Amino acid sequence: MSAPLIEVRDVGRVFNVRSGLLGQPKRVLAVDGVSLRLMPGEVLGVVGESGCGKSTLAKIILGLLEPSSGEVLIDGRRLSGMDRRERAQLIQPVFQDPFSSLNPRRRVRDIVSLPLVAQGSAGWTEIRSRVDGMLERVGLDPSMGERLPAQLSGGQRQRVAIARALVTRPRIVVCDEPTSALDVSVQAQILNLLAELRREFGLSYLFISHNLAVVEHVASEVAVMYLGRIVERNDSESLFRDPRHPYTKALLASVLTPEPGLGIPETGLGETMPDPANVPPGCRFHPRCPRAIERCAVEAPATQIGARGLVECHLTVPA
Amino acid sequence: MRGLRAWGLWLGAFIVGFTLLIAVFAPLVATQDPFAQDLSKRLVPPSWMEGGRPEHFLGTDGLGRDYFARLVYGARISMLIGIATVVTSGLIGIAFGVVGGFFGGRIDDVILFLITARLSIPLILVALAVVALVGSSLTVVVATLGLLLWDRFAVVARVATMQVRTLDYVAAAWSAGCSQPYIVMREILPNILSPLAVVATLEMALAILLEAALSFLGLGVPPPLPSWGLMIAEAKDYMFFNPWVIMVPGISLFVLVFGINLLGDGLRDLLRTGRVA
Amino acid sequence: MSALLEVEGLDISFGALSAVRGASIEVRRGETHCLVGESGCGKSVTALAVMGLLPKNGLRQARRLAFDGKDILGLDEKGLSRLRGDRMAMIFQEPMTSLNPAYTVGSQMAEVLVRHRGASKRAALDRAAELLARVRITSPGMRLGQYPHQLSGGLRQRVMIAMALMCDPELLIADEPTTALDVTVQAQILRLLADLQKDLGLAILLITHDLGVVARTAHRVSVMYAGEVVESSPVDRLFNRPMHPYTRGLLSCVPVPGKVRRDQPLGSIPGMVPHVTQGFEGCAFRLRCSLARADCAGPIERRSPEAGRDYLCQIAPEEMRIS
Repeated sequence: MSAPLIEVRDVGRVFNVRSGLLGQPKRVLAVDGVSLRLMPGEVLGVVGESGCGKSTLAKIILGLLEPSSGEVLIDGRRLSGMDRRERAQLIQPVFQDPFSSLNPRRRVRDIVSLPLVAQGSAGWTEIRSRVDGMLERVGLDPSMGERLPAQLSGGQRQRVAIARALVTRPRIVVCDEPTSALDVSVQAQILNLLAELRREFGLSYLFISHNLAVVEHVASEVAVMYLGRIVERNDSESLFRDPRHPYTKALLASVLTPEPGLGIPETGLGETMPDPANVPPGCRFHPRCPRAIERCAVEAPATQIGARGLVECHLTVPA
Repeated sequence: MRGLRAWGLWLGAFIVGFTLLIAVFAPLVATQDPFAQDLSKRLVPPSWMEGGRPEHFLGTDGLGRDYFARLVYGARISMLIGIATVVTSGLIGIAFGVVGGFFGGRIDDVILFLITARLSIPLILVALAVVALVGSSLTVVVATLGLLLWDRFAVVARVATMQVRTLDYVAAAWSAGCSQPYIVMREILPNILSPLAVVATLEMALAILLEAALSFLGLGVPPPLPSWGLMIAEAKDYMFFNPWVIMVPGISLFVLVFGINLLGDGLRDLLRTGRVA
Repeated sequence: MSALLEVEGLDISFGALSAVRGASIEVRRGETHCLVGESGCGKSVTALAVMGLLPKNGLRQARRLAFDGKDILGLDEKGLSRLRGDRMAMIFQEPMTSLNPAYTVGSQMAEVLVRHRGASKRAALDRAAELLARVRITSPGMRLGQYPHQLSGGLRQRVMIAMALMCDPELLIADEPTTALDVTVQAQILRLLADLQKDLGLAILLITHDLGVVARTAHRVSVMYAGEVVESSPVDRLFNRPMHPYTRGLLSCVPVPGKVRRDQPLGSIPGMVPHVTQGFEGCAFRLRCSLARADCAGPIERRSPEAGRDYLCQIAPEEMRIS
């Protein structure tokens, strides 16, 4: 069995947020004991709603944030303390907002060449040709290299961001909501591009999104996060066909598919909103769970690992 | 509405540019020596007034020195003070602000403390103390102002850095493997220059006014240098009978500072409407 | 029965840029009409034009703009502001920017009733509490005293809806009301709107880019592209038998959960939306359309394949390839 490309071991991250000038600092548990693995060639989708910690987790895996507890291994090596160039050669990001992910003062060519420049190993001509090649590969004319980001559309900027991420041929790409800010028709173009590039360059993706239909299309494995923990994980087909955790079921049920005549789904979730600063005792989902029993309010469910999947719930077993 | 704002920018730019030009080309513009005294020709009125002489366009001062030449060379001093102070205070303030904004935490606390400390220092008293210790000269004025006027730069640079630091392109540069100095210089600094340019123009106006005030009090540029503030000080004895002696440098100072402020306002509006990031 | 809102031949331009060209929409009582399209298609601007809320440099012209049979195109600002909030109400995408952070929820809601109906503050607050309960907000009395920043996104959106209902409007215009919300909250809000529509006979003009929202909430749909309504149809027929090539392209782009083919690429529409300036002729979609012909550069016919449907295209229904 091959070694995992990303191994996250019981990672946690705490933020101390001061509410107001005189308020008490609140402890926000953005990520709480998350473990996962990304195997080579896999696309691991991470889904969840606001406050679930998926963006924080992405930043930790990219090395942008230090975990408060636990550790992250990239390609078997510890991430904290890794030389920045070594890390850059392994893992690269594509962010959500095409407007803020490109330096507005730099030309497209300079933006895409940044990882190569940081590695410091290639000469100017080689960098130039690799950048041009990459721009073409993502569907942009190399002459676009002279433009500033403000002169490009949202879809074109996202292509530039992808070109930048792939120019050094990393092994892992962390996509944090890469198409959520794009129009539907452009979203499809970008997702198709990401799929092609993955096959061509042998990449593995960590794909974070709140859009379940997109994740179902893109991911081979899916992890569902809620208030900082992974509450269910399974291969994509099994998760969408047979969700186990009540939150996963509610999440899937809420998705409005473009199919007329089916009306609006009843989620059965109640009114309370998840607040990472006030994590409920016991099972963190119990205040909203339609099936909660007394035990759920008192005792946090253990992680049950099954043949393929994982689930944290008193009332169900993994697939 | 846009037309109204645009004229401010152009007028301000014109005033500042014009002053800079005559300051640079002072020896060519002023036909006379600003230091040459001629006590037989004291307080000659400007050439268009009664009693004026054609060779002294703006008349002479209390020591018979050509006023036009003194004005032109005074412009040199004002621009020199303005630019040198802004460069010095800008470098110090931007460095402090960027370091504090970028690193946050304890380092930021130290920077904030320094800024607060600086704001508590009364400028005039410090100038007084410095002059008492070291004596007054052009260099002393530039150094004093430059080492004291950096606070606005620091505050603006700090806030702008904090805003830019959270943007995705900085995260992307970090992920790309860039070093921290590189990120600060190539990703953050170019994107905080816009508000800092506006601060620079305002600080320049402030520096020029402060120098004039210090020179007026005898704490700034020493005579016989033709600082406009000094010229105003020297003119106050003749104010009522020879009003032009005080009006010439007074109006010039007003126009220059007004022009700098117009330029700063115009820049601020231009940058606000013109750019998104 | 005539429609509550009738828009015919609406043109909106900002200087040389044509934002909307010849748009016609009808919204009937008790019905949800969805205006769907991607960014830049002109859907939001259309809604603003109906309410008379265009920015100063926006020029609005129409053959007809009528509310409840009466012309509102020629209405001055005073007349419009009397209609707005009273018989016509609007809710927006980002409740945080539409609610004033400096005032409590209660005072903002009460102000609407006080201004339009001359009600007393006391009576207005009672009605506000009643409406908060109506939109399923718990402890409405306490909520009246809270400030917007103390509420979550979903709650704020409910407050916006309640505020819009203060004067019992007949038409509710909702501009991307759930785009900024989580999936689970979105379903709750849309369900709320549907129930309110049933109870109050509200007409809703719902603007969105999300085809899922359209499919589940609309009775009628108008698809907009580059400032024109390219297709207008009852919802089931739009999804089951789309006519306009853009509509079909759009539908093929959206992955449908449960019917996803992971090994196949998603359908997509190549190219980008063109910039439309004054004097633009022909079909704005022709550069991206696989069925484009020579006559697509000329004036385009609006065709009607069956009653209640129309689409803007040179290709007749019989000639449309069913792919």
